[in-house]
Amino acid sequence: MDLNFTAEDHAFRAEVKAFLAEKLPAALADKVRLNQGLSKEDHDFWHSQLNARGWLATNWPKRFGGAEWGTVQRHIYEEECALAHAPRVVPFGLAMLGPVLQKFGSEAQQAHWLPRILNGQDWWCQGYSEPGAGSDLAALQTRALRDGDHYVVNGQKTWTTLGQHANMIFCLVRTDPDAKKQEGISFLLIDMDTPGIEVRPITLIDGGVEVNEVWFTDVRVPVENLVGAENKGWTYAKYLLTHERTNIAGVGFSRAGLDTVKRIAIRARSGGRPLIENPHFAARVAQVEIDLMAMSTTNLRIVSKAAAGQAPGIESSLLKIKGTQIRQEITDLARRAVGPHAMPFASDGVDGNAPVPDPLDAGAVAASYFNNRKLSIFGGSNEIQREIYAKQMMRDAK
Amino acid sequence: MNFELTEERQMLQDSLRRYLAGASGDVWAGLADLGVIGALFPEEKGGYGGAGFDLAVVFEELGRADLDVPLIDNALLPGLLMTAAGQDVEPLIAGGQKIAVAHGETAARYDLNWVETRADGDLLTGEKCVVVGGEAADVLIVSARHSGTADVQDGIGLWLVERDAPGLRLQGYEIAQGGRAAEVSLTDTPGTPLMTEGYAAIVQAMAAATLAEMAQTLGAMDVAVAMTQEYLTTRKQFGRPIGSFQALSHRLVDVMVAVEQARSMVILAAAHLEAEEPVRGRHISAAKNLIGRSGRLVAEECIQMHGGIGMTEEYALGRYAKRIVMADHRFGDTDHHLEQFIALGAA
Repeated sequence: MDLNFTAEDHAFRAEVKAFLAEKLPAALADKVRLNQGLSKEDHDFWHSQLNARGWLATNWPKRFGGAEWGTVQRHIYEEECALAHAPRVVPFGLAMLGPVLQKFGSEAQQAHWLPRILNGQDWWCQGYSEPGAGSDLAALQTRALRDGDHYVVNGQKTWTTLGQHANMIFCLVRTDPDAKKQEGISFLLIDMDTPGIEVRPITLIDGGVEVNEVWFTDVRVPVENLVGAENKGWTYAKYLLTHERTNIAGVGFSRAGLDTVKRIAIRARSGGRPLIENPHFAARVAQVEIDLMAMSTTNLRIVSKAAAGQAPGIESSLLKIKGTQIRQEITDLARRAVGPHAMPFASDGVDGNAPVPDPLDAGAVAASYFNNRKLSIFGGSNEIQREIYAKQMMRDAK
Repeated sequence: MNFELTEERQMLQDSLRRYLAGASGDVWAGLADLGVIGALFPEEKGGYGGAGFDLAVVFEELGRADLDVPLIDNALLPGLLMTAAGQDVEPLIAGGQKIAVAHGETAARYDLNWVETRADGDLLTGEKCVVVGGEAADVLIVSARHSGTADVQDGIGLWLVERDAPGLRLQGYEIAQGGRAAEVSLTDTPGTPLMTEGYAAIVQAMAAATLAEMAQTLGAMDVAVAMTQEYLTTRKQFGRPIGSFQALSHRLVDVMVAVEQARSMVILAAAHLEAEEPVRGRHISAAKNLIGRSGRLVAEECIQMHGGIGMTEEYALGRYAKRIVMADHRFGDTDHHLEQFIALGAA
């Protein structure tokens, strides 16, 4: 047993830190730290900085322009980026579609789409959930009917994250309505400019718009945009979801969040003293910090197992459940820390809203608290994760 | 022992519920016409209520409604300070006047005794934070210190300050639970003296406001739970109502148990509103602590059991959840009242 990183790991961490210090503008990091909401330009800028260094597609093979890092390197990189309050890389093209195309796409699809993800020509969004197909994703109803060399798509997708910025969407569609529900699904790439597509923004309780409804009415999609085989989309979808769950523990985000909480609690006063010295508040912070120490080690145990070539199975459910609980607890601490100043509520600040007074330099903590309720809902809700874990547990017991 | 409402309060509850179910337009005037503002004050002050259970009934109903009406901030809280100072509150009861209380300061956090704003004669200078209903008020009641250090109970006076008084600046903004608040800045701003020593009156008025906030939160919790119950029985996934999964139904039961605990605490606090200190304070703090904890559970679990739809602004659940959680940031949070409860001892 050796809980230390290697000398190479330390050198790599130093390299990442140096890159962030040089390339991440303070104003952008502040926007992330204060939960002010990022524009498309902010995301594009950060992607271009990472791409120039070859660090955008950390999990892609080198032959597709990726960094081809191992799990330990990726862990270090993601942690350092979070601690520096770097924008989160938009995952839809890079972490989700990319690996699917690399494994199941045709050479022509790989040659066409993968470079466009790296250079920012395409912004992808994910067309999975539907109003009637949330946790029960395989119940999806969006139809794609073959008509000559096109599919004709009709239906509705929802919770499409950052769909308002996207020019492309990858969709799960039903191509065989008579098959068993997992078996009649296909994986289609659809240009958002095709006639018949309408994007309607959904305002969330934090006042921001990050998810959308996407409506399809007789949308014609060329058949060459089918990925893999017709009616095999569920297999690709499941493969994609395992990639969606990388970095699911979000240890770096939790560390950064806890740093922020402590900084607020040093500034905030309680009875004339810094709040951080208040025993009740200090106890709350300590409890989460202890949970995070455990989570961090649990995460490293799973990371090093993965580094040794063992694919994480139900461990990713464990990381999702505990990781999101900790992250949510930290957003709760942040709103507590600011006291009455949690109440001022301005969405984004990018919508032309006047900035609200923020004497504790805490940012939009209430908005962040409410927004991060999503962590235990999306990407397979924590209830679904427990179901996955429980099923495996029962199988193992047999 | 009898936990039933009196006939008068039952009638008040019924008529308020009917009114709020279809309320639109000038709700403030509607509430005044209905006599709701009068229910917040005792007969000798021109009202017809003012007891803990009057407040509980009114604010629980208000909490059920999907409305943001600053009845605590523009009527109850200022009205109690006015009556404590022997002032007439009839214009307030009639709905023709709105007042707001500018007491809180950033460094005070939730402590009522911490006042840094200074009074030089009747000229006030300082910064007051998160004054709910401040912009809507015709006049502000401002606390300021004429003597002593920032943390002592003595030396805190109250002044009436006109909205257009020289040296007064308000910066308004939306608040997370709905409605608006303002930062209030005073620079040699002239005020009319209301009370020389205001601390006891502030404590008493804030106790009533805390009860009102708790009752309002209880009303919101009832609605959030009812919506979740409805959702679990109608939303289907995997071919069956999601409430048929014990992973959800058992959790809804835990939430319902928490709401009943909260209801008991509102009753207990209402019953002790007129008690002497420290008995009153200890009951108010016990209730606010419990409701802070149960409110968080109710809001988070109701959103989680709804899934994505619970996070949308369009669907009412999210608005109720915000009101429930943000109530913890008013009149002292869970931890503040835990400390108060301990400090007030086994009264």
